[in-house]
Amino acid sequence: MRTLRDTWLIFERSMQLTLRNPAWVAIGVIQPLFFLMLFGPLLQPLAGAPGFPTGASPLNVFVPGLLIQLGLFGTAFVGFGLIGEVRYGVIERLRVTPVSRLALLLGRALRDTVVLLVQAVLLVLCAVPFGLHLNVLGLLVVLGLLVLLGLLMVSISYALALWLRSEDALAPLLNTVTLPLLLLSGVLLPLSLAPGWLRAIAAVNPLSYAVDAARALFNEQLGDASIPLAVVILGVLAAIALVGASRSFSRSTA
Amino acid sequence: MKILNPIIETHGLRRTFRTRKQEVVAVDGVNLTVHRGEVFGFLGPNGAGKTTTLRMLATLLEPSGGDATVAGCDLTKEPHKVRERIGYVAQGGGTDPSLTGRSELHLQARLYGMPAAVARARADELIKALELDTCADRVIGTYSGGQKRRLDLALGLIHKPQLIFLDEPTTGLDPQGRARMWDEVRRLRNAGTTIFLTTHYLEEADALCDRLAIIDHGRIVAEGTADELKRQIAGDVVSIGVDGDHSRVLALLEAQSFVREISHEEEVIRLYVDRGEVALPAILRILDGAGLAPHSIALARPTLDDVFLRQTGRSLRDAKEAA
Repeated sequence: MRTLRDTWLIFERSMQLTLRNPAWVAIGVIQPLFFLMLFGPLLQPLAGAPGFPTGASPLNVFVPGLLIQLGLFGTAFVGFGLIGEVRYGVIERLRVTPVSRLALLLGRALRDTVVLLVQAVLLVLCAVPFGLHLNVLGLLVVLGLLVLLGLLMVSISYALALWLRSEDALAPLLNTVTLPLLLLSGVLLPLSLAPGWLRAIAAVNPLSYAVDAARALFNEQLGDASIPLAVVILGVLAAIALVGASRSFSRSTA
Repeated sequence: MKILNPIIETHGLRRTFRTRKQEVVAVDGVNLTVHRGEVFGFLGPNGAGKTTTLRMLATLLEPSGGDATVAGCDLTKEPHKVRERIGYVAQGGGTDPSLTGRSELHLQARLYGMPAAVARARADELIKALELDTCADRVIGTYSGGQKRRLDLALGLIHKPQLIFLDEPTTGLDPQGRARMWDEVRRLRNAGTTIFLTTHYLEEADALCDRLAIIDHGRIVAEGTADELKRQIAGDVVSIGVDGDHSRVLALLEAQSFVREISHEEEVIRLYVDRGEVALPAILRILDGAGLAPHSIALARPTLDDVFLRQTGRSLRDAKEAA
């Protein structure tokens, strides 16, 4: 009970901070929008090519990838805000109160997840005029996957932030980790186009499962085996990351 | 009558930090007793272990060894209970500049378990008591130093703790803000709250604290009331300013039976004597007889700085500048 209540309180405070500059929420969608508008058209002639189902818009292959990309880049950098809060002494102040340590993480993670969902919906709505065919049930499940991916990424980002405590160290580390994760997930083009060795490496990348599942969900294959597989993989990883990150919040911040 | 009931008791409290190369002992077996209802001052040069001790007592840092009871609870076994009973105000505060003072106070009250209506009332009460009315609904980034410090204090007091830790409560404040903070500390003490504060200002410790402890190199080197500590210095302090070679003056005065202790810093020689008013003419006579002319001579009751100097081998002011 205490954890739930505290989570809500921390969520409210974090949301208040986000809403002081709501422009950032929109700015976070701009990069995937650039991809949609400036890269998406290149895919039009590929309809029916390997990896692109015939009859469907190539956007139904591309947009699910963009959503996963948003789930990665929109969340991986939340640690920067936390480093600011550590510097202001906010985390210390909260840690002296009896607040649940898990809530210190969950309240923030919840805020980040809400922001991510708003951005994802904005992106999907923008893609419809470009020719994306929308399956509402499929979209809802993809949003669910994004929540899991978001929880996984923000937990990692927060834990790294509390460990490194420096933007200068966090930025290169995150960039180094997120770029290969992205390239090895088949976000830009389906991995079915990749040579065997590349596909083998991608198989250990949890993001590639998320991308596969999101594509199935956007292409009327709601019974595809990739979907439960992605839910289980992301769910387990998110749970582990949440536990680890909440430990970082309860450990001392010397 | 004062009830000497300890609110903090530590035995052999230790904290070590591991760096890449070695283990650093920040706090090396601290034994402290703080009585209920007193203002306790914790002094020491930077890096002496002051803030580390404070952070351990406030449950922010786990001790590497030793044990402590804070507000009736075991520090390491029941940190949760300790947190409900103490307040802590860090040196830099702990607020976000883009939120309002009122919303931070409200959240703080809610985190201590108060229902929304109670939390609002308690926030209003503190806003009034600490004269934050004019700024409570502005974002904290616009506050003056004094307003910000009072808000920090209000956050630490929101749940009416029995014990509050204040880390350098007046550092960076102008004289007016400092006087204001002293008033608040006294008011709290009169209301029965125990205050544990660290400070760099000896006049602050002297004016505000019932008892003091001095920490150096992670160990307590002196503990007691300001008067007790000063008395240990043995009487009065005579400072003699000499130009050039002071070794003759030192040798000459060291031999005198009324001199209990002698030390020198650059060209100032300090003599610790029982009765300054009697020693002064004698000193002048002796120096005159030897043909030595000091350029200045001053008599003073020992100050806390003398206590500090004697216990740590450096003046607190120097220690602060060096840090």
